[in-house]
Amino acid sequence: MPDTILDSGAILETAGLTKEFLGFVAVGDVSLKVRRGSIHGLIGPNGAGKTTCFNLLTKFLQPSRGTIHFDGRDITRLKPAEVARLGLVRSFQISAVFPHLSVLENVRVALQRQRGGSFDFWRSDSVLRRYDDRAMELLEDVGLIGFTHRPAGELPYGRKRALEIATTLALDPVMMLLDEPTAGMTAEDVDRVVSLIRRVAAGRTVLMVEHNLKVVEGLCDTITVLTRGRVLAEGDYATVSRNPEVVAAYLGTDPSIAGGTHHG
Amino acid sequence: MAADSITATPETSRVRGLPGLQALGFNRAQSIAFLLLLAFLAIGPFFLYPVFLMKLLCFALFACAFNLLIGYVGLLSFGHAMFFGMGGYLAAHSAKVWGFTPELAILTGGAMGALLGVISGWLAIRRQGIYFAMITLALAQMVYFLCLQMRFTGGEDGIQGVPRGRLFGVFDLSADLSMYWLVAAVFLIGFLLINRVIHSPFGQVLTAIRENEPRAISLGYRADDYKMLAFVLSATLAGVAGGTKALVFGIATLTDVYWAMSGEVVLMTLLGGLGTVFGPAVGAAVIVTMQNYLAEFGAWVTVIQGGIFVICVVAFRAGIVGEIARWLRVRL
Repeated sequence: MPDTILDSGAILETAGLTKEFLGFVAVGDVSLKVRRGSIHGLIGPNGAGKTTCFNLLTKFLQPSRGTIHFDGRDITRLKPAEVARLGLVRSFQISAVFPHLSVLENVRVALQRQRGGSFDFWRSDSVLRRYDDRAMELLEDVGLIGFTHRPAGELPYGRKRALEIATTLALDPVMMLLDEPTAGMTAEDVDRVVSLIRRVAAGRTVLMVEHNLKVVEGLCDTITVLTRGRVLAEGDYATVSRNPEVVAAYLGTDPSIAGGTHHG
Repeated sequence: MAADSITATPETSRVRGLPGLQALGFNRAQSIAFLLLLAFLAIGPFFLYPVFLMKLLCFALFACAFNLLIGYVGLLSFGHAMFFGMGGYLAAHSAKVWGFTPELAILTGGAMGALLGVISGWLAIRRQGIYFAMITLALAQMVYFLCLQMRFTGGEDGIQGVPRGRLFGVFDLSADLSMYWLVAAVFLIGFLLINRVIHSPFGQVLTAIRENEPRAISLGYRADDYKMLAFVLSATLAGVAGGTKALVFGIATLTDVYWAMSGEVVLMTLLGGLGTVFGPAVGAAVIVTMQNYLAEFGAWVTVIQGGIFVICVVAFRAGIVGEIARWLRVRL
């Protein structure tokens, strides 16, 4: 349930956020508050509207109704590139790298944003070499130092996710939105990405959609449960996982939550 | 993952080029190809008919400009004839009526291309795929009918008797060989400019947008602005190519603004190799050569062209240069 004590510390806040597609309510009246500095999980069964919610927050979709405030600013009407420039940077469900650019270039394209717009078509791209050192630091941070000159498309899946996080970090975002960061990973890769997220979340705010409840339990301070486009419950993992409505909603599609608290 | 440790090999992405040419962004294979191109430009007019070579170079520049858009942004324009043709009209008009020197006339052609590029890009750039192609085609058809109706274009007659004039008001260009050096220089400048665009900070963002547009946007790049600039650059160079061609032949006609010309440049680029540096020029050379030397077959040229296009699409999709590059395992 929404916690009014935390209101003053909210970095991202939505009120009555609604998205309808031809009468179908994908996201209905969602009021979400993400506390500054927290790792906030967004969970729910398939089709609950998590990704739609993400697309609304990052302005890749225009809400039908409702408002979004980020860091005290109304961003409801902004374009996605503008939102990114304010420091609210997202990842994607499918791994989002630039496949034919090298791993180093992937990160450098993000670092290049520091120059502002890059419309100087007459200048040699050798000016971008000054970002190489910082790019290498970021790649080292996510364990990709041995891959710098390989095309990103050739990386194994788990490494692509790591590259994506390094690229996002290159923007030094105030807040990161991660869409299923561990989806489709082997257990070993999951552990690596989880510890990576925990490490990079220091000094930032993270909102993540995640199916793997073990990951959610281990990482998230606060969890919001969505079903059929609406907020069903909110709170820390222990509270949420004991909520009978949540258990009921999950039992229909994913029984694993019933025994969800046994790790940790 | 076990595979990780095996796959970590040293750099493969950009092989160093020859010294000097490296600064242009060429890798080793590209440097060699570029030297061959320079040699061809230097000795070509002594073996081949200069007017034919000039025509070839004008179309080569046109195709390279078109390739900047489709090969590096992934936008298929089906209206590039408007930039090429209108560039020709403006260059011809400014040289004949306003008495511009040839270099200024060519720049006027480029300016016309840029202006049209801004207008049509503003209308089309937010559309994707087939919609983008349709809008550019529709706009090009409007420009065609304007050219048919407007007084200054001379309607069906075109603008004839355009003087080549004197370069910088000094060097007489009426001799074909003199004109050839100007055309070769224009082509080289255009070619190198395009190459620079690809290997600039701007080109890096452009590549990122082509590779994954939503991701590029999520990094804070306004994708449409970058596409727009690429579109205008492409249109400008198409205008320059058209303007140069008008001066070479002393004539600007409806043929160059007709939709078939838009199709021809698509064919040249595909045939040569979409997204390769040298492909469009090679494709243009093949098409222009066919048109020239198969002219005696009359209407059959079109049929042969169609046949080649089909073979190209079915058998070697990467185009001539694209296939060679794949075979040699280099980027060309």
